[in-house]
Amino acid sequence: MATVGEARTEILRRIRSAIGEEPHVPVVPRGYRTEAGYDVDVLRELLTERLQDYKAQVVACGDTREEISAAVSGVLVEHGLTSVVAPPRVVVEWLEEPASGQQVQVVADDPEVSTGDLDGVAAVVTGAALAIAETGVIVLDGDVWCGRRAISLVPDVHVCVVRTDQVVGLPPEAVARLDPRRPQTWVAGPSATSDIELDRVEGVHGPRTLVVVLAG
Amino acid sequence: MSTYLGMPSRRVQEPSSPIQGVRDFPAAARQALGDSVLRRNLGHATSVIRGKRAAVVGEVPDWEALRDSAEAIKTETMARLPELLEQLEANVTAAGGTVHWARDADEANRIVTELVRATGETEVVKVKSMATQEIGLNEHLEDEGITAYETDLAELIVQLAEDQPSHILVPAIHLSRTEIREVFATRMPGVDPLLTSEPRALAMAARTYLRELFLRAKVGVSGANFAVAETGTLTVVESEGNGRMCLTLPETLITVMGIEKVLPRWRDLEVFLQLLPRSSTGERMNPYTTFWTGTTGHTEGTTGPDGPKEFHLVLLDNGRTDVLADEVGRAALHCIRCSACLNVCPVYERTGGHSYGSVYPGPIGAILSPQLTGLTGDSVNDSLPYASSLCGACYDVCPVKIDIPSILVDLRARHVEAQQSRTGLRVPSPEAVAMAAAAYVMRDEKRFAAATRSMRWGRPFMKDGHLRGPLSSVMTGWSSSRDVPTLPDQTFREWWAERESGGHGG
Ligand code: SF4
Repeated sequence: MATVGEARTEILRRIRSAIGEEPHVPVVPRGYRTEAGYDVDVLRELLTERLQDYKAQVVACGDTREEISAAVSGVLVEHGLTSVVAPPRVVVEWLEEPASGQQVQVVADDPEVSTGDLDGVAAVVTGAALAIAETGVIVLDGDVWCGRRAISLVPDVHVCVVRTDQVVGLPPEAVARLDPRRPQTWVAGPSATSDIELDRVEGVHGPRTLVVVLAG
Repeated sequence: MSTYLGMPSRRVQEPSSPIQGVRDFPAAARQALGDSVLRRNLGHATSVIRGKRAAVVGEVPDWEALRDSAEAIKTETMARLPELLEQLEANVTAAGGTVHWARDADEANRIVTELVRATGETEVVKVKSMATQEIGLNEHLEDEGITAYETDLAELIVQLAEDQPSHILVPAIHLSRTEIREVFATRMPGVDPLLTSEPRALAMAARTYLRELFLRAKVGVSGANFAVAETGTLTVVESEGNGRMCLTLPETLITVMGIEKVLPRWRDLEVFLQLLPRSSTGERMNPYTTFWTGTTGHTEGTTGPDGPKEFHLVLLDNGRTDVLADEVGRAALHCIRCSACLNVCPVYERTGGHSYGSVYPGPIGAILSPQLTGLTGDSVNDSLPYASSLCGACYDVCPVKIDIPSILVDLRARHVEAQQSRTGLRVPSPEAVAMAAAAYVMRDEKRFAAATRSMRWGRPFMKDGHLRGPLSSVMTGWSSSRDVPTLPDQTFREWWAERESGGHGG
């Protein structure tokens, strides 16, 4: 469309005339911390504390496949969850053993699973791309462990497995490791609102319960 | 109020817009000051947020270094804006998105309307966006037969109540739970009539009502907090998950973003994602932050189709290039809309968001709105730069270090000039005389403090809010020409100093 090009040219012209011929471009100082230098015990402790502060439940376990599977099963049983969706890789890795004493319907995600289907599933189990200890954040990036964004959004309970070697100290450490071309979701606790008289209510549209299984 | 300069009072009727009200600030504020419920709600809200912010900012040892970086990144962005926008456009396009440019609100509204029409849909779900409020998109779509559903809880409340937002971050902060319950009970389709006024019950009613909408909506409309030129990545920062719903589930996503929101590098986000949540909601990190690059569905290494199949980015000028042309005022474009300056502002706390007549209230609104609409010497927004006691608290909390008080002073001077050239008066107007005196006072911290104190000592001379005698010589030129609101026992500055030492620091 001709008008589109016109608007573009006009706006760029306006900007150029507003900032002048050779505007001064400052050098950006980066005097802030870019690495925390915490050891794994500090990282584990700090992440746990920060997640709990935002009302996420944290379950610690060992880092073998069996230990993680058992921890995930335990969470499903504890919350009485009878159906879960997960990326195929997660199903194979952590959801093969049936949860003890409970019938759990496991849906391996694929593009055919509709949003409506997801609305009928009680929980989602995912891995994570990494976690940030100081700010209590887990990051999902759409890889084979995290799955597409809709699955970790629509079900009401999100069980997220994080290995301790995925935990970094500070946001700059996370940004350096993440690939911006991937769709990302940074999660800090279950969804929340303080819109009514500033009373914090956990759980609005996203999962109302977040359980982080911290492995290792 | 110790806005001792008084404020120009205009009664000119102009068409109002989302960034310009029908009444000037003094007239609107006078009414708000009489509303004790509003003042109590606001006072409570701002003091709670101030406390939370102070606590989480206090635990960051490198806060000042982060602010310095943020300020420099924003200055760099403005200096390189044409090149960065072109880079952003190229990268969004390469990732499967389409970029549109809009010179003003009308053009942006037309573009969005056509894009929605092209999908064949007549409803859209929206996630809170200042840019779409600024252009009045919802009203425009309504006229075109398209229903826009606000999905942010507070926006939903305000929309159902047919009210106006009063705060950037908590737009329904002026409404009590009982009032909100009434709004839901009478206006929310399918709501349980036994709904209580518990915040949890109200939030769950909104969840049930909106879920069905999210699952069926084919078109989402959003704003953006940041856009990375280097990668074409956009970001929305939110709490409730309605943003994720709008950004993830629809087939088509339309994002309207001011041209100033672009950032040069992916890495720059590490600065802003530390500053914004702590300054805004007083959290270490907000619950949800979404990043997407074009139609990211087929990125290598990801698990297949993910998110909208179609993505449109509308880059909006709407007065921003005029703001950019002013060397002092352009820093207003650095704003990341955290609302920290509102929460520490003694004027905002007393007069509320509606008095500013714009979707941008508080200190940032006082410098941004009049620059967006233009200081004509004769418009309603001309009064906004006077809606401040210049106490400086806004500058101290601003995560990107916008020197709001200096910009206010600059705008007051520009207003006086505009007025002179409009009236063609060779003799300075009474406001101009007073402004000159005021500028003299304001240049010096001690003189300013002394002048505001002397205003308070002038109280015995006031009757029914009108001056009955001389104030300090510096003030007389201005204040005797105007009604001066009744002065409090304490000046803002004294009150502020006391409050700070009382540990409620902002
Ligand atoms: S001016 Fe600064 S403090 Fe105010 S909303 Fe903008 S970024 Fe926040």
